[in-house]
Amino acid sequence: MFTHTSNLSHRIEPEPQPLPGDFAIWIFIFAELLVFGVLFAAFAFARSAHVELFTASQRTLNRTAGFANTLLLITSSYLVVRANHAIKTGDRKACWHWLLGALSLGTLFLLFKILEFRQDFAHGINLSSNLFYMFYLALTFFHFMHVIMGMVILAAVAINTYHGRYSASNHTGVETGASYWHMVDLVWIILFALIYVIH
Amino acid sequence: MKYKSQKVAMPYFIAALALFLGQIIFGLIAGLQYLHGTFLFPALPFDVAHMSHTNLLIVWLLMAFMGAAYFIVPEEAETELYSPKLALITFWIFLVAGGLTIAAYLLVPYAKLAEVTGNAVLPTMGRGYLEQPLPTKIGIVLVALSLLFNVTMTLIKGRKTSINLILVGSLWGLAILFLPAFYFPQDTVKASFGWWWIVHGWVEGDWELILGALLGFILIKMTGVDREIVEKWLYIIVAMTLISGIIGIGHHYYYTGAPGYWIWLGSIFSAIEPIPFILLIAFSFKMLLQRRREHPNSAAMLWALGTPIMAFLGAGLWGFIITLAPAQYYMHGTNFTAAHGHLAFFGAYAMVSLAIISYAMPILRGRVANSNSAQRWEIIGFWTMVLSMIAITLALTGAGIVTVVLQRAADNPMGFMQVQDKARVFFWIREFAGVTFLLGLLVYLRSFFIKGEYMYADEVKRALAA
Repeated sequence: MFTHTSNLSHRIEPEPQPLPGDFAIWIFIFAELLVFGVLFAAFAFARSAHVELFTASQRTLNRTAGFANTLLLITSSYLVVRANHAIKTGDRKACWHWLLGALSLGTLFLLFKILEFRQDFAHGINLSSNLFYMFYLALTFFHFMHVIMGMVILAAVAINTYHGRYSASNHTGVETGASYWHMVDLVWIILFALIYVIH
Repeated sequence: MKYKSQKVAMPYFIAALALFLGQIIFGLIAGLQYLHGTFLFPALPFDVAHMSHTNLLIVWLLMAFMGAAYFIVPEEAETELYSPKLALITFWIFLVAGGLTIAAYLLVPYAKLAEVTGNAVLPTMGRGYLEQPLPTKIGIVLVALSLLFNVTMTLIKGRKTSINLILVGSLWGLAILFLPAFYFPQDTVKASFGWWWIVHGWVEGDWELILGALLGFILIKMTGVDREIVEKWLYIIVAMTLISGIIGIGHHYYYTGAPGYWIWLGSIFSAIEPIPFILLIAFSFKMLLQRRREHPNSAAMLWALGTPIMAFLGAGLWGFIITLAPAQYYMHGTNFTAAHGHLAFFGAYAMVSLAIISYAMPILRGRVANSNSAQRWEIIGFWTMVLSMIAITLALTGAGIVTVVLQRAADNPMGFMQVQDKARVFFWIREFAGVTFLLGLLVYLRSFFIKGEYMYADEVKRALAA
């Protein structure tokens, strides 16, 4: 019921492509994007009243670590795309390997972020330091939890792939996991630009 | 009824409805005391009436949830309840303890009650919703443990469906979130910090999961839609509830002595708390549209569809009105909160309890649905209660506006009692709507005593005629 079906098949128009993966994940993705949207809007609202504070505090962030994490997530998204292509050609083994690669990069992201948080805490930064750091910590931690959630989904997909539950004709699960992972990646790209870079 | 042991749900449901009636009577008394402060004084002062009103609410909802668990868990697990006897003993302990507690509220001065029940040993009494003396609180924990043991053992030996996992998991959450009731430090900031996790942690987080599981169960049974589809929706709703609700509870921490970042975090996350309720509406109506059968119990269907809408209005919309820190700055402790509290508790938790009772009671009494005339009574009861509660909410919102305009945001603010006088008309409307609510409840209760079983033949005739 979640897939789009057309009852206009007598026309010559090409059938519209349905959303990849399970439709339910798209409802979840839209709800999640709404949540992040509210968070970003609140950040922008707070920043507009404290531009100098935000710019000064932003300079103290570790942009290199942020950039490295951006590369990690974009690359892992690419690996998930490859996993998706592999299963579509029926190559389960390759799909499994690509997914493992994506999960490894996700793990590296988490490690980098933990190190960055450690560095922040060592410098005495906490939720009460100032408004910018509050947003920085809250947003990145909230995203951090989403990376973990995305990895749990990817791990479930990987296990299913390993046990041969997907094939060239039946791979909705891989697309579902991939869609969510791309959302996690997309949100980080906006978050990185908004919090680490734009001033 | 598929399993004999489900029958144990019946006394829970009956007691829940009786306590519900008691709650409304105390509500009417407290409402009248807003207009005539000395009404029934000193026999029944306002604080006791108010406390009985809110405590009975919690107890009858817990009764209904327990009944729902004893009804649903065996059916979902496809096995008899682990121990129906334990469930029945637990019921009587809970009912007697609850009854004794209310009787003690009415007969013994509160300070005396605290003294004789050992509050000095482990202070727990006095905070809103947690007025119960220590022995009652310990009793609540024991009752919860007994319920959890029973349903968890049933779950372990039977089929593990998502509905059962969510239901039993959230019942564990309910019990765990009650534990801060035993933490009552002298530091008022810390005391309030923990206090919000109990009843408000329930209603903004844990109970929403119970609500989802109950609605999911009813909709699977009544619409015949694939379990897989219902489960997907439920997982999304559970995820969004937790994402928004856990940090969203920070909206109780504004200006209480808790760190200032809660003003931002509480505002942002509680602003997204309506999302799971919107998803619940989408879910319920999608299931209705995709139904594969016409269940003869239309009254239960009405409750099931009314719940997410009223929950959205009460918890989602009326909650949102007061949740942002700048709004709360002016609205804190006004009747806006009471308006939100009434519509949210009724719309979400009272209605979902009545929905499961409406679905389960005919089955427990050996029929698929009640007779058409009984359902008509029930449906009249539904509309009377729903419309009365909307009127109560609007009246309290009116009183809230009066307070904000004259007392909170005014250049020359008026005194509290003067403002109460100005809002008098709204308290009258609230009381009048309270009376019609009681009438609606009586009509609803009357529906249980209408004789006659549901006739399939009538339904078939009507379907053929159409």
